[in-house]
Amino acid sequence: MTMHATNAATDSGTASGAGARLRLDPTRCSGHGLCAELLGEHIALDEWGYPIIADRAIPAQLLADARRAVTDCPALALRLDKAAREGAARL
Amino acid sequence: MATQPSDTSVYQGSDFRRLLPYPDRSLSLEQHRALYGPASYRGAPQVLIDEVRAAGLTGRGGAGFPTYRKLEAVLRAAGGAVVVANGAEGEPASCKDRTLLYSDPHLVLDGLQLAAEAVGARQAYAYIHPDQRVLRRVREAVAERVRAGVDRVPVTVVEAAPRFIAGQETAVVHRIEGGLALPRYAPLRVSERGIGGAATLVQNVETLAHLALIADYGAGWFRAAGTSDEPGTLLATVHRPNATPRVIETAPGAPLGELLGLDAATAAAGGGSAPRAVLIGGYHGTWLPADRATALPLTNAALRAEGASLGAGVLAALPADCCGLRETARVVSYLAAESAGQCGPCLNGLPRIAHALRVLAGPGVHARERADVSRWAGQIERRGACHHPDGSIRLVRSALTVFEEELWRHGQGMCVASNDRAFLPLPSPMNPPRTDEDWR
Repeated sequence: MTMHATNAATDSGTASGAGARLRLDPTRCSGHGLCAELLGEHIALDEWGYPIIADRAIPAQLLADARRAVTDCPALALRLDKAAREGAARL
Repeated sequence: MATQPSDTSVYQGSDFRRLLPYPDRSLSLEQHRALYGPASYRGAPQVLIDEVRAAGLTGRGGAGFPTYRKLEAVLRAAGGAVVVANGAEGEPASCKDRTLLYSDPHLVLDGLQLAAEAVGARQAYAYIHPDQRVLRRVREAVAERVRAGVDRVPVTVVEAAPRFIAGQETAVVHRIEGGLALPRYAPLRVSERGIGGAATLVQNVETLAHLALIADYGAGWFRAAGTSDEPGTLLATVHRPNATPRVIETAPGAPLGELLGLDAATAAAGGGSAPRAVLIGGYHGTWLPADRATALPLTNAALRAEGASLGAGVLAALPADCCGLRETARVVSYLAAESAGQCGPCLNGLPRIAHALRVLAGPGVHARERADVSRWAGQIERRGACHHPDGSIRLVRSALTVFEEELWRHGQGMCVASNDRAFLPLPSPMNPPRTDEDWR
């Protein structure tokens, strides 16, 4: 648990900003909904209160809010990822 | 190495005996060796991979991923490697992996050894369905090999959890590590970081059996069956009306209608007793109208054009007197109960979809339930840590399309079913997971 929390925080800190994407670990998320309050422009809630994250990079003006969503998530289910990972071949 | 055949279709018959030459027997190591000889070790990692690539072998566990690419990824990864023969076969409509494991466990175990050599692994696991007869046979086979000293890499047999998703790669890794057979959300694939952090090759047991034969007989031999794009043979579990499910060895290109006993003329005419729908690929698969399916060759290329895929080779022709909506509602209720319950969309969405389907499977006008199912399906799509919600809604969506006429009939208070007999197999007793113990 603690390990992941540290990683999530570090990732958000190191993400340079441009092209970053929010990643959700759906097995951690328990639908607190805080992220949607902080980042309503980018995150909607489904009818059970779980976040639906827009499938696009975080706009620069929302980066600060996105970082806050990551650090404030009570389930530590969010992190910011560089977009470079997106195109990586996955086996 | 043999060159690839230039013709596009070399299907060559439907009755192959590569993997199951003696389906009614269980071969000892001695009998197996008399048939196939010893495992064809190459003496170094990498060497077999090119042969597997030339053969065009793809995974037979459902995803159909090119085997050589997985082998290469694990070989390239730094640190040690681990290989796993995946015989979890959590799909209740499939029994081809267990049939193969019981009939010739040594063919699978040869393939496991060769895969271990190809990626330089020092540890191997056989992750096997909790069918005790099969599990015992695999354990005996491993012991036979230890006594004979034929293996280079030690094999540990692990009993798979009796769950639909127990064979999902991250669940396999979790279980073998001593944890519960639950899928994990992981940014890295198990081929990069799996058991104990080591690069892990998880291959379906049938894939490994093919790999052993490719090592023996070469890529050209393998390609003498199937099509040039989808070469080799495959095991399929076939369910036909009024018949015991059967495991067959066939090949891509085989006429689907023939495999399912559908007569093209009858199906097109919608004759009274002819099946009207077929299920392709299992419970994460797709319903197709029988008249469309009858004309198709058994290839992923042809099935993809119809929105379907072969999956792990489950083929079922729905009897004319069975209601497809009822069957789908039963199966989806099972799938909902088999959710690991870790991801909100799956935990909340699947039971609601299952309930609405049970309503739709009964008589009455159900405009709301149908809209609900479509909306929920859209909401849970691609939001799980594993493929379970996506596979489940794939089945649901195809049912609502293929059984549209039946939905209308239910709206009129009628149903095509003339009896309550269930067709598609489900575990009995259902025994849905309730505690951690149910995931071991």
